[in-house]
Amino acid sequence: MLEIRNLHAGIDGKQILKGVTLTINPGEVHAIMGPNGSGKSTLSAVLAGRDGYEVTAGEVIYQGKSLLEMAPEERAREGVFLAFQYPVEIPGVNSTYFLKAALNEVRKHHGLVELDAIEFLALVKDKMKALELREDFLKRPVNEGFSGGEKKKNEIFQMAVLEPKLAILDETDSGLDIDALKVVSAGVNRLRRADNAQLVITHYQRLLAYVIPDFVHVLCDGRIVRSGGKELALELEQRGYDWILSERNHTA
Amino acid sequence: MSTATETIEGLVKQDYKYGFVTDIENESAPPGLSEDIVRLISSKKGEPEFLLEWRLRAYRYWLTMTPPDWPQVHYPPIDFQDIIYYSAPKRRGDAPKSLDEVDPKLLEMYAKLGIPLRERERLAGVAVDAVLDSVSVGTTFKEKLAEKGVIFCSFSEAVREHPDLVKKHLGSVVPYTDNYYAALNSAVFSDGSFCYIPKGVRCPMELSTYFRINAAKSGQFERTLIVAEEGSHVSYLEGCTAPMRDENQLHAAVVELVAMDGAEIKYSTVQNWYPGDENGRGGIFNFVTKRGLAKGRCSKISWTQVETGSAITWKYPSCILQGDNSVGEFYSVAVTNNYQQADTGTKMIHIGKNTKSTIISKGISAGRGQNSYRGLVKIMKSASHARNFSQCDSLLIGNRCGAHTFPYIEVKNTTARVEHEATTSKIGEDQIFYCNQRGLSTQDAVNMIVNGYCKEVFRQLPMEFAVEAQKLLGVSLEGSVG
Ligand SMILES: Nc1ncnc2c1ncn2[C@@H]1O[C@H](COP(=O)(O)OP(=O)(O)OP(=O)(O)O)[C@@H](O)[C@H]1O
Ligand SMILES: [Mg+2]
Repeated sequence: MLEIRNLHAGIDGKQILKGVTLTINPGEVHAIMGPNGSGKSTLSAVLAGRDGYEVTAGEVIYQGKSLLEMAPEERAREGVFLAFQYPVEIPGVNSTYFLKAALNEVRKHHGLVELDAIEFLALVKDKMKALELREDFLKRPVNEGFSGGEKKKNEIFQMAVLEPKLAILDETDSGLDIDALKVVSAGVNRLRRADNAQLVITHYQRLLAYVIPDFVHVLCDGRIVRSGGKELALELEQRGYDWILSERNHTA
Repeated sequence: MSTATETIEGLVKQDYKYGFVTDIENESAPPGLSEDIVRLISSKKGEPEFLLEWRLRAYRYWLTMTPPDWPQVHYPPIDFQDIIYYSAPKRRGDAPKSLDEVDPKLLEMYAKLGIPLRERERLAGVAVDAVLDSVSVGTTFKEKLAEKGVIFCSFSEAVREHPDLVKKHLGSVVPYTDNYYAALNSAVFSDGSFCYIPKGVRCPMELSTYFRINAAKSGQFERTLIVAEEGSHVSYLEGCTAPMRDENQLHAAVVELVAMDGAEIKYSTVQNWYPGDENGRGGIFNFVTKRGLAKGRCSKISWTQVETGSAITWKYPSCILQGDNSVGEFYSVAVTNNYQQADTGTKMIHIGKNTKSTIISKGISAGRGQNSYRGLVKIMKSASHARNFSQCDSLLIGNRCGAHTFPYIEVKNTTARVEHEATTSKIGEDQIFYCNQRGLSTQDAVNMIVNGYCKEVFRQLPMEFAVEAQKLLGVSLEGSVG
């Protein structure tokens, strides 16, 4: 589904990703962990096509196509979804209007008929309930005045509506209380299918206890320095990152 | 970073959709202004003596004045002798008695503008008074309104049929001495709309006027007068377009509103005069004086404007809050793109006790557009417990445009409460990326963000106008994605 090969990327002349290689197959959940500033958000931004990043080497193949050549909205329509670490407020723009427009763009792209307001509301009702979102939620402007936790929930709600092929979750767990974490994790797990994949960026094992990854990767200074199964996350929680770095320095 | 700015700027390149010229035979006066021209206009319209006298006084006064130089706009001096002051579609015989008698080409043009008069009549129940160049071409729904005693007609007709009402109110809110362009308008106005709502009547439908400048080199000087008697209520809409021309054309209108005890006038404008091309060539000079007098107790005047057109806009729809407990409102969206310049805002003059005013202004600048908000809140000594709230927001798209805010506050009564808030922001690249990441094109994202930004103002517009305004905003800001 996604193949990242030797990806080098930076911003404003600063090199941040220094050769990331990662393969994600359909049905898999990958977790990326790593210290602050190691390049996790940068990786997600480059995959989603955020402006301003320069890719200096490497390539990314998504469903057989070169992802980096696609415009960001094209990637989204092709099923790449990024749950933002810091979701953006769009004052005055009604959430229903926004999400309906987004969904219809995806549908148009796949040759499906656009949904009208009534069909859309019918579709989202259950998904809202599952994420324990209040009724008035859709009437409010996108993320405006939402609490930190509500913003994160909104990202997962949008993901549930858009049903992406590849979902990238950038620290969706941070800022959530324990109940919200359970609700959000359940939401993410419901979207897990044999034909899609998830890339979960997190600092904490507590999320991975609910969203169980098939693989865990450690990103340090722009490179994946270690990969393993879900037990690697537990080990990191207990020992931190230093031991990996020192081991690496030894073998290097 | 710079690529994002370029894309955003690419988006705001627009084509003017309304730039066609209708081929209609016009009857025009020669260019230039003199007492003879003023007399000619008056006699063409068969006006009573009092009006001719008033026009001449205005003309003579105008001669003593100089154009205002304080607005934050720049343009070459206007040659007032090069303008045609009277231009009317030639009619076969008498004035049309119904729409069926109106030149089919005119009706076709309205269809092109997206205002098929008849359809609009039937579907939306809007009475439309369409003013082309300076002459009113047909007023719909007159009969239905007449049942309620509402008078809605062209200004010329009002002069003929209701001279006493015109004489009583004309110039009572905007005297010809008010400013340079108001004096000019008073001397040469050729038509406009007149509207009278009798005591206790809620006007049964939205009243609407469409203005269009068609003839080359002609100026448009329309005059609108709305009088709402005690306890009455009216909502009035005004729309404008003009063809694309290389030279600048002058539009100098005057609008006067009078609201008696408990009366309410809601005046909405969607202004889409030709803004000039990408290089700033051509476009309308829109120099307009609009003022409402909230004369009676508990009366209310509410201005809503969406200004997307004109090369230069100079207008300050204002409220004189004379009656105790009267209310004034001003909601404005002004867009400047390419080389457009706007200096717009309002004046709220509080005279009566417990008077209240609200100002919400949203300025959007793109391209090399310059957008200024200029507002005066004046609380007179007599206006105890007056209250004002002002919010002036500016949004910048790209980095070659400008936004300026000039708030003037004069408070002469210590019990008054005046609040002013102002913000300036750039359209966020992170907002656009967020929309992109959900599948929306950058173009749609910009439209959506700007529309959201203007929501408070759009909410004030009557439903169908709100839709039109949103589309217009889209057109103004859309273009090719680079
Ligand atoms: N515009 C920029 N100019 C220079 N450096 C930048 C810029 N944007 C990000 N960086 C740097 O790139 C590095 C990687 O940032 P990134 O946000 O990808 O880290 P992260 O792994 O997501 O960290 P966190 O765990 O704190 O979210 C950081 O050192 C950051 O300061
Ligand atoms: Mg991060």
